Amino acid sequence: MKSENQLDKDTVLEVHNLSASYNRKPVLWDIDFRLKGGQLIGIVGPNGSGKTTLLRNIMGLMEADSGYVRLFGQDLNKVRQRVSYVPQRESVDWNFPVSVREVVEMGRYRPSNLMRRLQSSDQDLVDLALEKVGMLEYATRQISQLSGGQQQRVFLARSLAQNADLYLMDEPFVGVDAATEDAILRVLSELRDAGKTVVIVHHDLQTAYQYFDAMVLLNTRLVAYGAKDDVFTRENLQEAYGGRLTVLSKLSELIARSEFPVREKGFKEKSGEGDAAGK
Amino acid sequence: MQQESSWILDSSLILVAAGTFLLAVSAAVVGSFTFLQKRSLVGDAVAHSILPGVAVAFLFSGTKDPWWLMLGALISGWLSLSLMDFLSRKTKLSQDTAIATVLSVFFGIGILLLTYIQHLESGHQSGLDQFLFGQAAAMKSQELWIYGGLALVLIVCTLIFFKEFKLLSFNPDFAQTLGLPVRGLRILMNSLMVLAIALGIQAVGVVLMAALLITPSAAARNFTDRLKAMIFIAALIAGFSALLGSAISFSAKGMPTGPWIVMCLSILALLSLFLAPKKGMLARMLLQRRHQQKINDENLLKAFYHYGERHANLAQWIRLSDLEEIRDFAEEEQSGALRRLIHKGHLLRKGEAFQFSRAGLDEARRVVRLHRLWEMYLSQRLRLKSDHIHPNAETMEHIISPEIEAQLLEELDYPDKDPHQSPIPYRS
Repeated sequence: MKSENQLDKDTVLEVHNLSASYNRKPVLWDIDFRLKGGQLIGIVGPNGSGKTTLLRNIMGLMEADSGYVRLFGQDLNKVRQRVSYVPQRESVDWNFPVSVREVVEMGRYRPSNLMRRLQSSDQDLVDLALEKVGMLEYATRQISQLSGGQQQRVFLARSLAQNADLYLMDEPFVGVDAATEDAILRVLSELRDAGKTVVIVHHDLQTAYQYFDAMVLLNTRLVAYGAKDDVFTRENLQEAYGGRLTVLSKLSELIARSEFPVREKGFKEKSGEGDAAGK
Repeated sequence: MQQESSWILDSSLILVAAGTFLLAVSAAVVGSFTFLQKRSLVGDAVAHSILPGVAVAFLFSGTKDPWWLMLGALISGWLSLSLMDFLSRKTKLSQDTAIATVLSVFFGIGILLLTYIQHLESGHQSGLDQFLFGQAAAMKSQELWIYGGLALVLIVCTLIFFKEFKLLSFNPDFAQTLGLPVRGLRILMNSLMVLAIALGIQAVGVVLMAALLITPSAAARNFTDRLKAMIFIAALIAGFSALLGSAISFSAKGMPTGPWIVMCLSILALLSLFLAPKKGMLARMLLQRRHQQKINDENLLKAFYHYGERHANLAQWIRLSDLEEIRDFAEEEQSGALRRLIHKGHLLRKGEAFQFSRAGLDEARRVVRLHRLWEMYLSQRLRLKSDHIHPNAETMEHIISPEIEAQLLEELDYPDKDPHQSPIPYRS
């Protein structure tokens, strides 16, 4: 217990006792893990296992029922510039009247350049990011003219333009062509080789082992996490994919239906660890 | 006509026209983002919900002072926005129900208050009823200066925050992860919308305000895929309609400004729906027609080829009646296609008989080749039975591009025969 108190310097992402609900229905129960940086990490689990909810919680896009998240040992708000988020491709309207370049430019928006034009150094980063994903020649295209794979590459380019140290991506491999898959994988391993950390929500078991160095295996509760060979065992996969915990999901539905609170108000852990300081 | 020249020079018309112009342009500019966020109905509800605010402001201050009215409008506009948000988030009402409920309740209260004011002693000249349909021509010059100035501020504000509004409309979650002050920006964007609506109702009134907010961008969207261009065109459309509308309402006594501005807007929007390049209905109809012509042309060319192939002589003169053994054509389609093929120099004519030109033969070979290649692909890659593949290939041959053809050839390794054992013709 004591040793956990000294934050491992290598820990890039720490999720502590995180519980969260979606539409009032609990989908994450006490998720607790720490991950080292410099690797490709997959958050893997079946449909509806709370992968996206976990990612959105890490990015501060949802309010957790309990627990907290630390990035680089700090609160997200202190390290936002070092973290980049790639939402699911379907989460935006691809008929929006902007060009490829304009979308990638958004990766350079900062609180510090609010109301101001981007600088030429920002534009250089945009060019570089577009080139890395092979979309520079499409820079002036309107985004509705892109294929699904190209759209995903635009999102990836926007993320690269952020020049972050930690990348969180939601299902970047869904609905993309083989060329895009290769391009994404190439970019991701380049990032890893440069010492950056990439966390990817991924639902496909077939490819997960091949893509990632480490994994978080999820099915509303944490099944296992760590190096992929430790996680990818028959028992773990059986536990994650082999059917739900029926009592747990029944309880979740009951909570949603009866609008019962997920955590009692004013409840605080009495563990005396550094937790209380973290809120 | 004599009358016309006199009102054109009227300085008060110029002032009113300029004021209405600014109001309409600011509504269009701010409304572009409302439109892009798919919040058109919210805009309409806010417009209706402003009425009670205006009425209360009048009751409270006893005058039609622009500042009081704007304040009242702003407060009740914001109140309605927050209420809609609250209802759809905290109750089981769906969003459209929340919008409709807020709209009707606020508007009802507004009408009640307005009726009450009309019956007050100071009420009959209050002119508050012009808030229903707008009466720009009745505005005093001091009011116009204030409203016009405010409109200008709104436009400038939107341009300053253009970059952030663009992101917030496209992908708000991402904006939040960047650490941008999303809450503040949202409040600003909503306030601009409420203010633009409050200003716009001076010109077109509460009931028709949604048209001024949304129609310009809806029309402009057909013309461009660029946000800046869209906003510019929307402003142009709105400004033009405002000028025309106020001119009409000035020229004929008692004509309300609002309905005329909205009429002009609607006509422009309809025109853009029909006539816009690429996205307009007309352009799309023409495109469909071109596709159909291409299909007809290629089918006729193919029929000539099949006939020649069957009789082992591609260079012979063929009559239209000969083609009957190949395929039935609708007479009108056939004669049109024939005319175009001759015009393009694909067919040569001698009396009633026709022969391929060299270019025509190449073209015919291409179409037949694509058809047979696609049949190969279907039978080899999709493992379809050979009696099922013909209808599918019949359509695909017309759309396969040179790049796809090259890829097909490579994947199938340049086959000689199709699944029906017909030779695949390559360039001679």
